Amino acid sequence: MAKVEQRGEVSQELLREFFRELLLIRRFEEEVEERFRAGELPGFLHVAIGQEAVAVGVCRALEDDDVIASTHRAHGHTLAKGTHPNELMAELYGKVEGCSGGFGGSMHLYDLERGNLGANAVVGGGLPGIAGAALAFTFREEPRIAVAFFGDGATNIGTFHETLNLAQLWRLPALFVCEHNGWAESTPAHQHLPIEDLTHRAKAYGMRAVSVDGQDVEAVYRATLDAAEHARSGRGPVLLVCNTFRLVGHYIGDPQVYRPKDEVRRLRETEDPLTKLRERLELSDQELEELESEVAAIVEGSVEFAKAGTDPDPEDALRNVYA
Amino acid sequence: MPELSYREAVREALSEAMRRDEDVFILGEDIAEMGGSMGVTQGMLDEFGPERVRNTPISEMAIVGVGIGAAMQGMRPVVEVMYEDFTTLAMEQIVNQAAKHRSMSGGQVKVPLTIRTQGGAGWSPGAQHAQQLEAWFVHVPGLKVVFASTPTDVRGLLLASIYDDNPVMFFEHRTLYPIKEEVPDELEPIPLGRARVHREGDDVTVVATGRLVHEALAAAVDAEEQGVSVEVVDPRTLQPLDEDTIVSSVKKTNRCVVAHEAVTKMGFGAEVAAVVQHEAFDYLDAPIERVGARFAPIPFAPVMEEWVVPHAADVLAAVLRTVGKDV
Repeated sequence: MAKVEQRGEVSQELLREFFRELLLIRRFEEEVEERFRAGELPGFLHVAIGQEAVAVGVCRALEDDDVIASTHRAHGHTLAKGTHPNELMAELYGKVEGCSGGFGGSMHLYDLERGNLGANAVVGGGLPGIAGAALAFTFREEPRIAVAFFGDGATNIGTFHETLNLAQLWRLPALFVCEHNGWAESTPAHQHLPIEDLTHRAKAYGMRAVSVDGQDVEAVYRATLDAAEHARSGRGPVLLVCNTFRLVGHYIGDPQVYRPKDEVRRLRETEDPLTKLRERLELSDQELEELESEVAAIVEGSVEFAKAGTDPDPEDALRNVYA
Repeated sequence: MPELSYREAVREALSEAMRRDEDVFILGEDIAEMGGSMGVTQGMLDEFGPERVRNTPISEMAIVGVGIGAAMQGMRPVVEVMYEDFTTLAMEQIVNQAAKHRSMSGGQVKVPLTIRTQGGAGWSPGAQHAQQLEAWFVHVPGLKVVFASTPTDVRGLLLASIYDDNPVMFFEHRTLYPIKEEVPDELEPIPLGRARVHREGDDVTVVATGRLVHEALAAAVDAEEQGVSVEVVDPRTLQPLDEDTIVSSVKKTNRCVVAHEAVTKMGFGAEVAAVVQHEAFDYLDAPIERVGARFAPIPFAPVMEEWVVPHAADVLAAVLRTVGKDV
């Protein structure tokens, strides 16, 4: 059944699935933090703690053959689009079994089979490509849409404006999902945004724009269903501004000297998407406990899978430079 | 054999690819009704319509990026960047996205995108419409780089580029568009990575690209009058580079000149010189000479512009230096 037909009440069953996915991302990210601090993961990592509801709400509203492009904070999107935690964790360990074969790492997660066209470590770098994918769908008259995730920081960069302009001009079946967490790395919104309401960005292009509580997975899901229907039916792209909170630093280990000391603690009490959904969910403590154990086993399994994975040969670096 | 201009040859390759394959389409600034700022795509709107001959806003990042995204879905877009000076605006998309998607994805993704662009001095457009920037792109793993110098080559190489599964930077030279040549009846792709020996000779090898191929051929005629036999080799594809053909030629002639319109310093010629000295060190009878533009932005005044970029006389002088003759 097409997801656009599932409108109306979001069932308890579906909410429960959402909760399970939120929980999986949360526990996965917590494990990533721990493994990084233990010195097991190379590179540097950005976890999506606090922003899980955007990933889940958006991706659950998409069809399987819709495509996404993600950002440097990509683990949540990647899991929500269907990549197995084992393949994701293996990538973070730089293993051949990883979703990018060990070539990409945390900021370059790809899973073509599941419609993940790649996470991008260049802010705004993935937006034009999403318009291109949407154009290809138009050429082929396929009822698919292409979705770009990006942050509020990216709304200041040229690719954002050039892409929104072109996408609206050509009425492309694309969604532009802004995860507005109020921070561009360490720079607060009031230092990098001259406007408060980011939907105004779309007005300049005559593009439909919607703002939604990004901590409310059901709201994100509903808004995405609407936006997706709009885009899929040929009425043009939509800018979906999800107001969310980064309940961690920019990267793992970020001392957040730029942020009031108690802000994260306070926000974790009031703006945690898991807590917000839990309040609406008919879920007993015992059921929650079972869910926690199930998710813990998956996450633990992913670490075991990754650690048992194969290291690439150094000279594999020369493979895949050209097709 | 039909006679085609370089401009018509580009158009024929584009049109033929679009007739053969509905996955091929072109997009760029002013390419539809106007037929491109160089007139390359004239008439194509009428044949293929506005969906496949897409005029775009002046948005190089988005144009190139849209090409990348469509290519990743299996289409074969050909983007026109009006002047290669403007590739600077799309550099992030070309270098970080197009060139790296395949590697970063562990081989899951292909980007069969062709980016056509043109440039070059000789008509006093000033410093922002006359650069030769091909050397920037040969330095980026994941990109292929083509620079065609004749109608036959530009037609066959463009067809091959469109059907290559990798992003290809395809350079054309502004002053070559009107040159004419008889081309083969059948339009066949010319494989990327193969040099063309334009003229055989015994004493000096000139490895030249773009407009300098023609300058080198003119210099070769003059050199012959002075008893110096010059072989002219056009790599045609700068990345990957046909090192074998170049090295074999130098092993025969024992002398080498590299010539391009781009600035000499840190240029493509330096790479050719490095390859030649390493692979044919014992064969060399003279230092490798480099011919290119002087290290200055291209100035406007015709007398300055002409002095900054190289011509046949500069190639000839370099050739004669390698055989110990002064001009």
